[in-house]
Amino acid sequence: MKAEVPVKKSLPESLTPQRLGELYRTMLLIRHFEEQCSPAYRQGKMGGYMHVYIGQEAVATGFIAHMREDDYMICSYRDHGHALARGTDPRRVMAELFGRYTGVSKGKGGSMHLVNVERGFLGGYGIVGGMVPLAVGIGYGIRYRGGDQVCLCFFGDGAMNIGPVHEALNMAGVYKVPVVFICENNRYAMATPVEFASAVPNLAERAKQYGMPTKQIEGMDLLEVYQEAEEIIRHVRTTPEPYFVEVITYRFEGHGIADNPTNQALYRTREEVEYWRQRDPIVNTARFLLEGGFATEEQLLEWDHFAKQQALEAVAYADASPEPPLEELYRDVYTDMEVEEWR
Amino acid sequence: MAVITYREALRQALAEEMERDPSVFLVGEEIGRYQGTFRVTEGLLQRFGERRVVDTPISESGIAGMAIGAAMIGLRPVAEFMTFSFALIAADQIVNHAAKILYMFGGQIRVPVVFRGPAGGGAQLSAQHSHSLESWYAHIPGLKVVTPATPADAKGLLKTAIRDDNPVIFMEHAKLYSTRGEVPEGEYTVPFGLAEVKREGRDVTLIAYSQPLLLALHAAEKLAETEGIECAVIDLRSLQPLDMDTVLRSVSKTHRAVVVHEDHRNVGFGAEIAARIQEFAFDELDAPVLRVASADVPIPYARNLERAAFPSEEDIIRAVKRVLA
Repeated sequence: MKAEVPVKKSLPESLTPQRLGELYRTMLLIRHFEEQCSPAYRQGKMGGYMHVYIGQEAVATGFIAHMREDDYMICSYRDHGHALARGTDPRRVMAELFGRYTGVSKGKGGSMHLVNVERGFLGGYGIVGGMVPLAVGIGYGIRYRGGDQVCLCFFGDGAMNIGPVHEALNMAGVYKVPVVFICENNRYAMATPVEFASAVPNLAERAKQYGMPTKQIEGMDLLEVYQEAEEIIRHVRTTPEPYFVEVITYRFEGHGIADNPTNQALYRTREEVEYWRQRDPIVNTARFLLEGGFATEEQLLEWDHFAKQQALEAVAYADASPEPPLEELYRDVYTDMEVEEWR
Repeated sequence: MAVITYREALRQALAEEMERDPSVFLVGEEIGRYQGTFRVTEGLLQRFGERRVVDTPISESGIAGMAIGAAMIGLRPVAEFMTFSFALIAADQIVNHAAKILYMFGGQIRVPVVFRGPAGGGAQLSAQHSHSLESWYAHIPGLKVVTPATPADAKGLLKTAIRDDNPVIFMEHAKLYSTRGEVPEGEYTVPFGLAEVKREGRDVTLIAYSQPLLLALHAAEKLAETEGIECAVIDLRSLQPLDMDTVLRSVSKTHRAVVVHEDHRNVGFGAEIAARIQEFAFDELDAPVLRVASADVPIPYARNLERAAFPSEEDIIRAVKRVLA
């Protein structure tokens, strides 16, 4: 943990004030979207597991900002932020969480299985680390076709203790696939601290033996993530070779909806959460925008209001959307084959 | 028609599909430089290069996941498991990923991948290398399961599997690789979900697939010669989709059925066949449907114990006589 977040005094060369404003607004949208989720869940509008991204917004936002239209990405079940950062309609994301037919997966996937095929987002996956081998295949497929796309693969610190992740990292190094492995280290795999679960708690260090460059970066600062991601993605695209980046971040909320403050007290202190809340990426970026003269107070308020409206509209849209028709139960099991209804 | 081995038939299918479609590639352990553990992929590295015949580390989850990921962006990978016993390591990739992706993303991502390799045992491979487990895969919605018994079906079904837009579990059998049979010349495929009547008979219907089909055919010949009992023998060929019509048609003539497979009897695929026969043809049955399968024990090493564990011709003959008794 770093003691203080240095407020940067200048914009990176590649980042215009306008683009920075857009990224800031993406983070605002994610935050407001996520803040609508817990109440909706408690009202019984959603079911299942639901994992929010509050606190980690700078990671998805800063990396996905550098994706080309034809690039790919894949991530874990904490996927709302990734879907939104990739430009997925928040109304359709919320509708998916509500289990409605207008959802991105027709209401058949839910919170953990968002997707946006048109924009190369090949899904959120519910088995810790399970999609990391898929990223190797996506990367191999890119190389096979002779393209210069990249695949961003987001997973958490917990995934570093899953065997198939290490098979995948090794194979990525063997075949030199253009995949960026982005390990979002939010300090806890559910309630288990990295320091407890990993024999080598520095996860970038742990990934060093797989024939690819590795790096640990700060994840609470949008500008830092943005700059690092730019360089990393350029490296992967042009070399091409995979890259492992550990991003130090923190989730302000519980692991999932069931991980309430009482449960959280079993593994982390309020002081610790408060410490990290002081490093809120949205607050930091707002301060930078103001101090650099890139935005006014009024603009920030207006953007905040707009993002909140988007989130509320998403809830209203989801609420008004129909449930999937019952025929959907038997659709999409196979592309070409009916499943027998035995009732 | 040319007479070739099951192994050569598989190789022809792979090579022809790779020639036909540049998106088809192979991935697996020892399939390239070593020419394949069972020599199915012999010569293919030399012919197609290492981009399309991809040797891998011993990483079954990685192999399966890599194949699934490539399939998700439109390629048609064929992943080889050295044996299906090793596919257990990749179970999460097959069951939780390949089988679920189409459905859980609302039909938007297809996974046209084939997982192939030998299942079963019979060469004193003992407990960890002798699994069949086709019923596990057939149990999973989203997977197709194919179990060819002859060289002609091996070729025709593998070509169909590669062209299929869904994940296909393609289970070969180590004891079949060197068997020979007639294979049609030129382009042809065998559709899934179409069982084949290998032998007509009026007395008992034997239902089998993969290597035990040969056992069933031998048993049927012996019964006809020595006892005058005429068994119909049906090769299911694919378990998902499953062609029950052919089975029920035969049972409605014979009124008796015995299912034969190498997987364990308990909760094996024979249980599903028996359940469906009683569900859809209860009135046709003159005797309970019997199952001939492996003993419900881990497969032992010692030759005599292993022989006793697997289903045999004698087991089938005994079961046929029981349903006729």
